[in-house]
Amino acid sequence: MSDVTTLTPVLTKDWGVEQSWTLRAYLDGGGYAGLRAALAQAPGDVITAVKDSGLRGRGGAGFPTGMKWGFLPAPDGGPRYLVINADESEPGTCKDIPLMMASPQLLIEGAIITSYAIGCSHAFIYLRGEVVHVYRRLMRAVEEAYAAGYLGKNIMGSGFDLDITVHAGAGAYICGEETALLDSLEGRRGQPRLKPPFPAVAGLYARPTVVNNVETIASVPAILKGGAHWFREMGTERSPGFGIFSLSGHVQRPGQYEAPLGITLRRLLEMAGGIREGHELKFWTPGGSSTPIFTAEHLDIPLDYESVAAAGSMLGTRALQIFDETTSVVRAVTRWTEFYKHESCGKCTPCREGTFWLAQVLRRIEAGKGTSEDIDLLLDLCDNILGRAFCALGDGATSPITSAIKYFREEFEAGTHTPADELFPPERSSKFTYTPRRPAGQLAGVHA
Amino acid sequence: MSVENSERPAGTARPAARYDDATHARLSADAALVIARYPQARSALLPLLHLVQSEDGFVSPAGIAFCAETLDLTAAEVSAVATFYSQYKRRPNGEYTVGVCTNTLCAIMGGDAIWDELSEHLDLGNDETTADGKVTLERIECNAACDYAPVVMVNWEFLDNQTPESAVQTVDKLRAGEPVASTRGPGKICSFKQVSRVLAGFPDGLADEGPSAGPETERGTALAAAEGWAAPPLPSEGGAEPDTTTPTASASGGASPEVGGPQSSAERKPTAAKDSSAEDQQKKQSSDQAKES
Repeated sequence: MSDVTTLTPVLTKDWGVEQSWTLRAYLDGGGYAGLRAALAQAPGDVITAVKDSGLRGRGGAGFPTGMKWGFLPAPDGGPRYLVINADESEPGTCKDIPLMMASPQLLIEGAIITSYAIGCSHAFIYLRGEVVHVYRRLMRAVEEAYAAGYLGKNIMGSGFDLDITVHAGAGAYICGEETALLDSLEGRRGQPRLKPPFPAVAGLYARPTVVNNVETIASVPAILKGGAHWFREMGTERSPGFGIFSLSGHVQRPGQYEAPLGITLRRLLEMAGGIREGHELKFWTPGGSSTPIFTAEHLDIPLDYESVAAAGSMLGTRALQIFDETTSVVRAVTRWTEFYKHESCGKCTPCREGTFWLAQVLRRIEAGKGTSEDIDLLLDLCDNILGRAFCALGDGATSPITSAIKYFREEFEAGTHTPADELFPPERSSKFTYTPRRPAGQLAGVHA
Repeated sequence: MSVENSERPAGTARPAARYDDATHARLSADAALVIARYPQARSALLPLLHLVQSEDGFVSPAGIAFCAETLDLTAAEVSAVATFYSQYKRRPNGEYTVGVCTNTLCAIMGGDAIWDELSEHLDLGNDETTADGKVTLERIECNAACDYAPVVMVNWEFLDNQTPESAVQTVDKLRAGEPVASTRGPGKICSFKQVSRVLAGFPDGLADEGPSAGPETERGTALAAAEGWAAPPLPSEGGAEPDTTTPTASASGGASPEVGGPQSSAERKPTAAKDSSAEDQQKKQSSDQAKES
């Protein structure tokens, strides 16, 4: 049976509109109807609507959003916070940044509805610092929302008050981990906290806090407008709704494709014009570099939380990085490992030391100087990191390695005698033609 | 995080450890606005470090002292934070940071070739600055623009779909003082100090420059419009009212086989021992559960 799923633009619907980031364009597109609907209900009913919709966290973990909101303890008169994780940094992931650049008001509206639902009067958007223009657009969106009475005191005559602070980080992948993000937002080094207590109980300033991804919060206005039943018309029973699928790499038309969860890569590739001409799919990530890689045999796996997990990976952030047969899997995995080593926060030993050693071993395999024991050594190192690291960064670092060895072991074995760039000349993978500057065997771009 | 080399070039004097009174007063007024955004003052530390960079072009000893004094922290506490984040510079930065993405996707699409070209053209390694103080070259990690690979960031503004030739042109223009436009941002990319002030939370009025999204970003939206594809109509638009039908997965058509049914993942054969090792899966699952949030 072939997949005939079509795109369902909701979040991305108005991205092509002239000056789509302005409040005027947003209102022209029906913006703030969700907030109006929410304010007409009791906060508890808003939480119920989101619970009933089955919306699950779009930041990677897929935890049910309404349930997360429901974990907050009963009000004690003190503050409760909403913190939006806009630290999008997972390699391959590129959905939240364009969303905030094109439709920042969607996020602001979602933040207001969520704050109303959970009883929060000060929300924060933690944006990674390396996207200045997105920060400009967000600050402008907040400014416009205040001026129009969607933020501040007595919002739309409801008696509900809310302030939003947009905060720029300063470059650290680990701050995408929610407790590291909270430490960073408190003005500290971004290192993860021991859980429990979970942020719902002791989050920002040790107060009850909801931390949600940008796309999750941006999905809330549509649920309030359309209802849980409407939302469930898309996606699968356990993975309902729409999501942005980001295609990158060796495809004809890379880009953002918003579709019901459960769509297949085969169908998405049809929409994106297929693999670049004259080439074929070799491997891909379903949800960023921290999710085990897939191959051409997984083209028909429905991209929902359950099906991807059953096939041995994770839906993650739906960051579909596509690599064709010219690509050295050893080169790809080595580079990801360099990334994890660079970004390991250093708090726990398995991750700090483990990623360092993984990179050492992979570098020599990439250079064709691996030893016959190196594959076992890599697997043993991964085994000592997975499940033993303080946070998910360490686990994520092992995913590309163990999955790549599973599917392409012979390429790692070849690393005992032949450099990766001899087996797979990099200029064949590149988007443009160029003459390599260095003789084969001398590796480009290894971190000093 | 990697520890950066903080040695001064030979012969340069240690920068003053305190701002002069006028600068101090001006920065204090800015700092008060930053602190007012947060329920607790210490949350202002990251933006204040960006503010310091907007003054000095790096996190200077005077800047560290200023943050410490302003937030009632020790200089060691401020330094501990400043050294954790890669956007904070320990040495005077060039007027433009040129960051080449060499994470896997961009590297393979040509980022490595761009890096080699720029590194040779400028005779610079990672985090080094040209003698004229114009350009600091950096290898950067994924900047969330993979559909535009290979990507180069100039002062954290996007330059999409780059080639070695376009990147060389860019740095030559920057060094000659000519304007460089971002593909999804301002028509003229600002200096490192100016951008650092924006990152401290002070808008520069450029939010309305540049496109809504960019052609790659809009591809799905455009395709849906061309094909007439849309999400189901909202109830208010004449779509199905709640409770008139039961929720199903029907909207995705044949995309979702019944769990365990024909064509479902249950039919997929294990490809390796690791694939089906109960112990391995259990370990992963318990670890995921412990961390899921």
